[in-house]
Amino acid sequence: MVALAAHEDIESILALVKDPEIPVLSIADLGIIRRIEEGEDGRVAVVITPTYSGCPATEVIEADIADMLKLHGVSDFEIRSEISPAWTTDWITAEGRRKLEEYGIAPPASKGKAALLGHEGVICPQCKSTNTDRVSEFGSTACKAQYKCLDCLEPFDYFKCV
Amino acid sequence: MTDNDMLFDYLLRLGDNSLILGQRLAEWCGHAPMLEEDLALTNIGLDLLGQARMFLSYAGEVEGKGRDEDRLAYFRDTKDWRNLLLLEQPNGDFAATMARQFFFDSFQYLQFEALARSSDERLAGIAAKSLKETTYHRRHSTDWIIRLGDGTDESHEKMQRAIDAIWGYLPEMFDMDAVDDAMVADGIGVDVTALRTAWDGYVNDVLAEATLIRPEDSWSVRGSRDGKHSEHLGYILAEMQFLPRAYPDAKW
Ligand SMILES: [Zn+2]
Repeated sequence: MVALAAHEDIESILALVKDPEIPVLSIADLGIIRRIEEGEDGRVAVVITPTYSGCPATEVIEADIADMLKLHGVSDFEIRSEISPAWTTDWITAEGRRKLEEYGIAPPASKGKAALLGHEGVICPQCKSTNTDRVSEFGSTACKAQYKCLDCLEPFDYFKCV
Repeated sequence: MTDNDMLFDYLLRLGDNSLILGQRLAEWCGHAPMLEEDLALTNIGLDLLGQARMFLSYAGEVEGKGRDEDRLAYFRDTKDWRNLLLLEQPNGDFAATMARQFFFDSFQYLQFEALARSSDERLAGIAAKSLKETTYHRRHSTDWIIRLGDGTDESHEKMQRAIDAIWGYLPEMFDMDAVDDAMVADGIGVDVTALRTAWDGYVNDVLAEATLIRPEDSWSVRGSRDGKHSEHLGYILAEMQFLPRAYPDAKW
């Protein structure tokens, strides 16, 4: 029981760590915390997964996790990164999707839906129109593409489905 | 060569391909014909750099001589590099960069798809991760081949010229040597000759849609598997390796 309580504690501490590139999202929203392990000696291991291979935020996130744990008095820990199975945007939580849309970034289509439609059916985060057009496959960060809305004419970022 | 030496060499090939092409794309930073492409080329370069790090870290561990990814990237001379000659060719104009990118993306997509089924779990994991990125890279370069090929007279002519100029570098992608054979026999590596039909099919469809003519197979150059490179690699390394070689313990 003690271990369980401690585990939930670590989880709530990690939920305070933000994605440095999209600061409305926590790393929990982003779905990159693979698991939390606690050794019998009380040592904590946080296992995370990178979004994209070359994502420069990965190292910042590891440093931020370390800072947040120390800030909350957890000193005996290690942070490991695992790439398999590869991260997918389907791991972004419902809460994360809502926050993205509110922030003006169109959340990723689910992989099932994208496969069914044959395209990703991107919805404008401003006016909710589906009448949108891709400007570029790549945007300000590796995880985003640039779109524009053909109804309200607003340009916006789309969080790519991978 | 022992099995271990061969796996090391095989991983270097994969890592060096990603690293050298990524370095080439980084040269476009601030120079691309439009802002969206500046972002696209550097983002793709960043993906490739991330892939290279995973392959080279693994290579260093397999070698077991204490060389990490940085040591392998910054302290090897040209004869020790294993990237395809195609990838070290200069960027040229935007059409030349896209031709190089398109033919390699089309190949790499198939190679990663097959490598994701490798009996080597770590390698399979890297390939599965990278395949997601390469899917976007291929879509991006495919779009440009079609847009420029089936565009204005000038863009068509430039795209065709770029394809003709690079064509003889492509056969090397499908070569197999003793290392490849051994890796395939162990279930670790990919039989690249088996990718040829799928690659031809994809490339032919895209070229046809782009109204471009597939060149005749009249010439080819190769040598990367033995560390024989074109003169261009030396210049890339001179720029990429200068700082760590001049200041070996430099930190950010
Ligand atoms: Zn709109």
